Amino acid sequence: MAFDLDTVRKEFPILAREIDDKPLVYLDSGNTSQKPRQVIQAMSDFLENSYAPINRSSYRLAGEATEAYEGARRAVARLINAPSADEVVFTKNATESTNLIARSWGVPNLGEGDVVVLTHMEHHANIVPWQMLRDELGVEIRWVPLTADGQLDLTDIGRLLDGAKVFSFTAMSNVLGTLPPVAQLCAAAHDAGALAVVDACQYVPHNVTDVQAWDADLVAFSSHKMCGPSGIGMLWGRMDVLDAMSPFLGGGNMIDTVTLDGYTTAPVPAKFEAGTPPIVEAVGLRAAVEFLEDLGMAEIRQHEIDLTRYALDTLDERFGDDITIYGPTDTAVRGGVLSFAFRDLHPHDISQILDERNVCVRAGHHCAKPLMQVLGVQSTTRASFYLYNGTDDVDTLADALDSATDIFGF
Amino acid sequence: MSGLDDLYREIILDHYRTPRNRGELESPPAVESRGHNPLCGDEITLFLLVDGEGDEAVVTDVKISGQGCSISQSSASMMTQAVIGKTVGEARAMIRRFRSMMGIEGTDPQPGDDDIDLGDLEALQGVVKFPVRIKCAVLGWSTLADALDRA
Repeated sequence: MAFDLDTVRKEFPILAREIDDKPLVYLDSGNTSQKPRQVIQAMSDFLENSYAPINRSSYRLAGEATEAYEGARRAVARLINAPSADEVVFTKNATESTNLIARSWGVPNLGEGDVVVLTHMEHHANIVPWQMLRDELGVEIRWVPLTADGQLDLTDIGRLLDGAKVFSFTAMSNVLGTLPPVAQLCAAAHDAGALAVVDACQYVPHNVTDVQAWDADLVAFSSHKMCGPSGIGMLWGRMDVLDAMSPFLGGGNMIDTVTLDGYTTAPVPAKFEAGTPPIVEAVGLRAAVEFLEDLGMAEIRQHEIDLTRYALDTLDERFGDDITIYGPTDTAVRGGVLSFAFRDLHPHDISQILDERNVCVRAGHHCAKPLMQVLGVQSTTRASFYLYNGTDDVDTLADALDSATDIFGF
Repeated sequence: MSGLDDLYREIILDHYRTPRNRGELESPPAVESRGHNPLCGDEITLFLLVDGEGDEAVVTDVKISGQGCSISQSSASMMTQAVIGKTVGEARAMIRRFRSMMGIEGTDPQPGDDDIDLGDLEALQGVVKFPVRIKCAVLGWSTLADALDRA
């Protein structure tokens, strides 16, 4: 299927929804994405026809359910070009994935004075787990700063990484849209002898992902931002890294054997998947991966480059100095995320006025409060695009912004 | 735009554009209290000066600093005008009345609360139709409650 916006939109039932007789303009996909019919259908079909426990029972229905669950793992591995599906661990969400990394890799490998390097544009999910280790173990956190246009300032990267044990960074900022040079950063981490951890939560849904080309060690991402259901997240890791890590949660499915004296763990990935996993969600995730693959990740990325360019130009033409858009202006290094300040209006008020036209944006700190401090703001308004957005959505956004002036008189 | 007109009444916009009692007080003697809205990151600092002891003490001055949206700023601004000169007991009753107007449960209503006249603050009634904004409207009030507890 070639990428055609009208065809894509028809696949998303919610986009036909009207509120107050006006269509939905969903510009909050950086938060969570909408779901295509085939994902909804796959989950519904599975519940109606194939639902059963996985990895436990030996009847045919259970075998079918297990196969469906493992099929999702293979689909995810294919999407990110992982060498083996066994390297894909299912979690609850990307936040659980980063916490798993901090617990299962961090606790056994880090101690007093060990250095973890993060960047100023991380999501709280890639900050707080490491701050917890700072409080518990006394690790030191160093920060890679940003340039004025919201890219990583790599001037001092060698010094920052000197002696570091971990370099954990986002592959795409959820606030600025910045796409840092992931492969280069992984190489820099490895040169310093550090583990390369990538928060790819915003990246995977919008780009061709190749974890081998990155030469990353551990990568966290989630289903709900890539047309899949919420409730399931992913952790990919190099097998030797995952294999050496401690288990995360204890319980069923993650053990090899248990006696009164102790336990041994199952091989990766089961070792990290204690308890009944999100089975139905995995089925939906697989359908989402297949949906994205059919359209082509490169085509989706190109669509978003074109749309981001249009949005940057349109907002600049219409509002000039009245709007400040944060982050890089070069779409080669920026994804479809636009955080902005507008005419001294508070983001909450902007969001309220946009909502009057069903324009859904996020107003707030975007779970990146340290970045807000760096930008010198308390909050921003953020419009984030996905494959179902078009230039008409940008035009509606701009029209709705214009109406803010009528109300507040700024 | 009827919904928005209900929310953004003229008196609210007036207090947003020209907030009353903005600034800081020396602390001590003023009690300083910080409030924040975890949803959007808004933070305000409230300074409270009372004269006397217990519920009969009089609120002699309140100042507010920090940033926020039109709803949180105007609500806090009108609140300062409403409580300055009132007793601590009366200020607490106004907090209960305001929270109840916002539909917040568990506010432990006392006899007579319903008779309290909130004056201009009644303009914030429209906020109830927009549940996500209720937190904005009560930010200043929660911060005042905290300050009164510590005064």
